[in-house]
Amino acid sequence: MSPADAKPLGPQSMGAELMAPSPREEMRRRAKSHAGLIFGVAIVLLAVLVAIFAPVLAPYDPYDQDLAKRLVDPVWTTGDWSHVLGTDALGRDYLSRLIFGSRISLMVGFGAALIAGTIGSVIGILGGYFGGRVDSVVVYLINVKLALPGLLIALSLVSIAGGSVGALVLILGFLTWDRYAVVTRSVAQQLRGSDFITAARAVGASQTRIILGELLPNVMNQIIVIASLEIAIVILIEAALSFLGLGVKPPEPSWGLMISEARSFMFFKPHMIAIPGFAIFLLVIAINMAGDGLRDVTAPEGRN
Amino acid sequence: MLRFVLGRLLMLALVALTVSFIGFGLLRLSGDLAAVLAGETATTADIARVAKQYGLDQPLYVQYLDWAGKALRGDLGTSLFTREPVIDLIMARIGVTITLAFSALAISLIFAVPLGVVAAMRKNTWVDRAVLTFSVLGQAIPSFWLGLLLIYLFGVTLRWLPISGSDTSAHFILPTITLALATMPALMRLTRTGMIDALASDYIRTAWAKGLLPLPVLFKHALRNAILPVVSLSAVLLGFLLGGSVIVESVFALNGIGLLAFDSIKRIDFPVVQSILVFLSFCYIFLTLLSDLINAKLDPRISL
Amino acid sequence: MDKTVSATDRPILSVEGMSVDLAVPSGQLHAVRDVDFWVKPRETFCIVGESGCGKTMTSLALMRLLPASARLSATRMEFDGLDLLTLSAREMSALRGDRLGMIFQDPMTSLNPVYTIGDQMEEVYLRHRVATRKEARERAAYLLQRVGIMSPDLRLRQFPHQLSGGLRQRVMIAMTLMCEPRLIIADEPTTALDVTVQVQILHLLARLQQEFGMAIILITHNLGIVARMADRLAVMYAGKIIETGGAVEVFTNPQHPYTRGLLRCMPGYGGGGGDRRLGSIPGLVPSLIGEIDGCGFRNRCDFATSDCASGDLGLRALGAGHGYRCRLEPGEAARLDGERALS
Repeated sequence: MSPADAKPLGPQSMGAELMAPSPREEMRRRAKSHAGLIFGVAIVLLAVLVAIFAPVLAPYDPYDQDLAKRLVDPVWTTGDWSHVLGTDALGRDYLSRLIFGSRISLMVGFGAALIAGTIGSVIGILGGYFGGRVDSVVVYLINVKLALPGLLIALSLVSIAGGSVGALVLILGFLTWDRYAVVTRSVAQQLRGSDFITAARAVGASQTRIILGELLPNVMNQIIVIASLEIAIVILIEAALSFLGLGVKPPEPSWGLMISEARSFMFFKPHMIAIPGFAIFLLVIAINMAGDGLRDVTAPEGRN
Repeated sequence: MLRFVLGRLLMLALVALTVSFIGFGLLRLSGDLAAVLAGETATTADIARVAKQYGLDQPLYVQYLDWAGKALRGDLGTSLFTREPVIDLIMARIGVTITLAFSALAISLIFAVPLGVVAAMRKNTWVDRAVLTFSVLGQAIPSFWLGLLLIYLFGVTLRWLPISGSDTSAHFILPTITLALATMPALMRLTRTGMIDALASDYIRTAWAKGLLPLPVLFKHALRNAILPVVSLSAVLLGFLLGGSVIVESVFALNGIGLLAFDSIKRIDFPVVQSILVFLSFCYIFLTLLSDLINAKLDPRISL
Repeated sequence: MDKTVSATDRPILSVEGMSVDLAVPSGQLHAVRDVDFWVKPRETFCIVGESGCGKTMTSLALMRLLPASARLSATRMEFDGLDLLTLSAREMSALRGDRLGMIFQDPMTSLNPVYTIGDQMEEVYLRHRVATRKEARERAAYLLQRVGIMSPDLRLRQFPHQLSGGLRQRVMIAMTLMCEPRLIIADEPTTALDVTVQVQILHLLARLQQEFGMAIILITHNLGIVARMADRLAVMYAGKIIETGGAVEVFTNPQHPYTRGLLRCMPGYGGGGGDRRLGSIPGLVPSLIGEIDGCGFRNRCDFATSDCASGDLGLRALGAGHGYRCRLEPGEAARLDGERALS
């Protein structure tokens, strides 16, 4: 066969797959196969639903005392389904208190994270983006925050301000912003020299516009990942404060408080500390896994 | 260079100053401290008398300067509750807290670093997943709950270990384990990440190409690089252990400064509280300075 | 380059039928496909090709430093009388850094930042030789001088970040020479360096080869370097060697359309005609995942026909060690090029 009658071939003949999937498709694919993310999000959603529908789901009013039925054992000991998880020292249904307790944990967790995230991100972005004197002030603020012993400060503030859920949200919100600040500052520093920022400036965009329109969307990813992990931390702190007695005050069904109240009966009714503790444990694991999963899916290289 | 060091020292001094002021002033935020101290049945005259007695009638900055002056000379005031010098109270209890913090960190490192190394070497195998799972679980357990569970398991059911007080070193075993389990996850993950990055680096590839044996490559080359951030984190964690020991001290009835601070907060024994807050903050500042120095020593790229 | 490489020297390295497969999410990636070559003592053998052609994988395979997800297979892989395929891990590590050395592309990251230059150089020597620290240090100082570094004693005490890129690469070269290797693999040793420094390093390599007598496998995508350094060369494309032979022979009489295309991309190639436009090869390298039929270059080749789509093209010998993998007859590509230039 001479070259003259052979058919010349073009690029389409190779059937070569050179198109990589788009980043969004990649993310979706990773998300669907990420067991941790799915598990975490599922449990968190479950907890949120339980919290929202608590009045419907709980068999009793969590504050309802029945002194005739104190320290009833759970169903696996008594066989009696009227109090599935038994009752506490004041005859209140344990299951109902557990269900309503989810509200406290989630409200404090998300609420404080919202406040802390806002404060920390604002401080961090301003410092990272502007540098110079502004950054010095930011670094100073972060250092001051880091040096203060958070737990003791929280205890002090609660002793002054009282233990309402609102007060706790504010106090914890104002005490856990440092991580947001550190990370957003670092990211803002890295991004401020990048091309799209320079381009925006060249076009004459105002600083506010640049920060809100260009910088923030790029930092948002990180903020959300940090937030998901910080929510878990706040939940643990609230539980600890309530356990110590300087957190949510009785008769609120905070899980930490439930453990503290059950402490005196710990040795012959261990389930009373085991159950609320396990609830905290499960919720925190789920939030952590969801956060880790989120980070893996959006930026697998950033596994640091 | 000198400018940098001076700048850093200035920042630290500023932070120390601010932190001491905050620690000092925190409890005075509760409106009228004198009124609180005087009690509910106090008359205006009583309150005024109390205010004068504790110097609370002076402007805040005067109180601060007065206190700071005395503090620098070693006089931290007197406890309102026990009438002992605050400095004596702190000194009597600092040993417990320091022992706890250092032991917990040591145990933590002893387990976390090798586990992190192994996980990095066997990345994505079951070993790695087991270590990561352990890390996730460890981060999610509320430390007070863990403490109680350990008490139940070892102190009661198995009766192996004492469960409260600080008389013998055996008393420190459970509390140390509890605290160690709280700090292990972060150290494990950091070591793992650091090792993974180190093992993937070009200089490790060079080490293999030089025909070096696995042990030197792993320890002399990889770990030496991976350990740098772990050292920094350890310093931070030590500060956190010192400041956050209140939970464990409370659960195990250990007479450390955490428990002292907590009791004092409840009693509004403000001379004690402010001294401890300031003391712990200064500890943290000192630890970060130490960590910077160690880092500079270990990493030749950093010159001080 | 005047080198006494006799035609009857036994090769110091013989590779036959080498393949490297990588496990990737979408299947098996055939990075290196059935590659044959050999290298004689004291000669410089260049492997040329664009990114992704498999040249780096080939070099890592020789050192047995492939990533865990890679699978190496070969009919034969012999170095200096040893069968590289059957050596244990321990035996292989004894070979690396001793008789078989490797220089990598990026000197900025190839040295451990926390140890001194001296420490890193001495440890190779102490690993493979019975010697004292002092002896190792003396050898290191000697080699630093040989690679053109002034005040070697000072440099030995310094850390990598205190040296420039060019200096670091010289250190890397000196480090590789510590145990007098018989073969050095240099993977793009100058790519990460400034242009002026590149020339210096290449000169250095050539001079050291004269002095120490080792063979060099030089991997590069830069034909200018090949022209300067190679005794023999192999052109790789899509995991296969598509042309090989003596450097002079291949440069003056290239057979494979890809080789010809590469040479046209070189400024100054062909001398003579002043109105030469710089050529380019349109198209992209095909995917190396899954089965690949026929010639991997056909989607970019001016002379491809339907015959090129199937079958396994063997290496056509042109005599004097010159071979190429194409269905075109010897000289046919040159003729076709001439026809197109006229039309």
